[in-house]
Amino acid sequence: MKKLSAYNISKAYGDKEIIKNTSLVVYEGELVCLLGVSGVGKTTLFNILSGLLIPDKGKVLLDDTDITGESGHISYMLQKDLLLPYKTVLDNVALPLIIKGENKRKARKKASSYFETFGIDGNQNKYPHQLSGGMRQRAALLRTYLFSQEVALLDEPFSALDTITKSAMHSWYLKVMEKIKLSTLFITHDIDEAILLSDRIYIMTGKPGRITSEIKLECEKPRGEEFLLSREFIDYKRQILSILNE
Amino acid sequence: MTKRFQNIINRISPYIAVLGILIIWQILSLLELLPRYMLPSPTDVVRAFILDFPLLMHHSKVTLLEAFLGLGIGVALGFIVAVLMDRFKPVYRAIYPILVITQTIPTVAIAPLLVLWLGYGIAPKVTLIVIVTFFPITIGLLDGFASADPDTIKLLMSMNASKGQIFRHIKLPSSMSHFFAGLRISASYSIVGAVIAEWLGGFSGLGVYMTRVKKSYSFDKMFAVIFLISVISLLLMSVVTVLQRISMPWAGRETGLQRDV
Repeated sequence: MKKLSAYNISKAYGDKEIIKNTSLVVYEGELVCLLGVSGVGKTTLFNILSGLLIPDKGKVLLDDTDITGESGHISYMLQKDLLLPYKTVLDNVALPLIIKGENKRKARKKASSYFETFGIDGNQNKYPHQLSGGMRQRAALLRTYLFSQEVALLDEPFSALDTITKSAMHSWYLKVMEKIKLSTLFITHDIDEAILLSDRIYIMTGKPGRITSEIKLECEKPRGEEFLLSREFIDYKRQILSILNE
Repeated sequence: MTKRFQNIINRISPYIAVLGILIIWQILSLLELLPRYMLPSPTDVVRAFILDFPLLMHHSKVTLLEAFLGLGIGVALGFIVAVLMDRFKPVYRAIYPILVITQTIPTVAIAPLLVLWLGYGIAPKVTLIVIVTFFPITIGLLDGFASADPDTIKLLMSMNASKGQIFRHIKLPSSMSHFFAGLRISASYSIVGAVIAEWLGGFSGLGVYMTRVKKSYSFDKMFAVIFLISVISLLLMSVVTVLQRISMPWAGRETGLQRDV
């Protein structure tokens, strides 16, 4: 079933076209990756999907409802973790529930019940600066999830982490996704990450940016460390590199 | 060992400096280069302070009352003006130049006018303090609101948060340290403002006491009251620091904490 779909999206700033005539779809429970070089318009596309920007042309649908230019339907995690330094981790995570109008006590209780699933139990009353980069990212992801269980947009969620933490986060992420089955669209410019995590990959190229190719990954999930060295993996990587270098 | 020694030196050096100045001052006044009544020695000042203590306390009470009233109203007004200026751009454009102009007028110049308009009671003093204290608060808060991270605001907008919610969860807490920096300045201005206003007329207050002892050439008492005003200002500023620590529990713990992975 189609969860999030976008049709023929175009956006320009003045004379400069950023995105031209691009469409995409995310099916329920699917993990889709948007891959492309920096500056190709991935973040602009996300801003449009989340309703922060209104496209010049095209529309965005959630299930079958038109949500073009309306924020508040889809959860969006920006590049930085953006945890508020003056709130405890629990209050940070509970923030989307409070924004939606739930009372503080209920919001905290609900948020706290997810801490174990996300592997950050015991950090409720700490302040963000007391956590490591990986833990902060987990908290930010939980906050994203609590806002909306429909679709999540993640903009380079792991790009700020060092390689070792990043690979630990990948296996953590795949495990959590097994449990919560969130339909997700995420941006990356890390090809390995895209092949390791996603069910499908959209590749965005050109100026103005467009989604020019789509790759469906048939291999089984969850994919372990071994997969990164397999023949299948190398083949996918070669295919993607050749598209990007065209 | 040398490092520890250095540490001790670092910690006590300001006290040594103050003590040194007091000793030199005492010697100078004992030498009577100037007549004793014009340059009283530190011990004379202490004696005057003790002798006039009840009177000084009586006047302090009045000055402190004016300062607190003025500071309270100044902070409230500064807060309201800052919020309005942040919320409505035309208000910002209309008020900002006026705000700056009010700060270019010397306090001493408007104080006599205020006395003329509002009489010799508490009203002109409080008014003057409001004028001098609200500016640092407004500017501090405006800077604070502007310092809010635009990405965090974007995140809340993606959650469809209202302007009020963005203000409460992002702008207001982001501006706390700026607010307290402004409050610290305003707190010391409030005492100075009260004293200046009292110089120009009134029945009690440290400023009134000051003009009286000056007219009677009791410079030992003059020094005693100056000393008292400094102490009160310093106390007030440390109260602000304590308030800041209580209301910003997340700050000041950035270092020395273990990070767990």
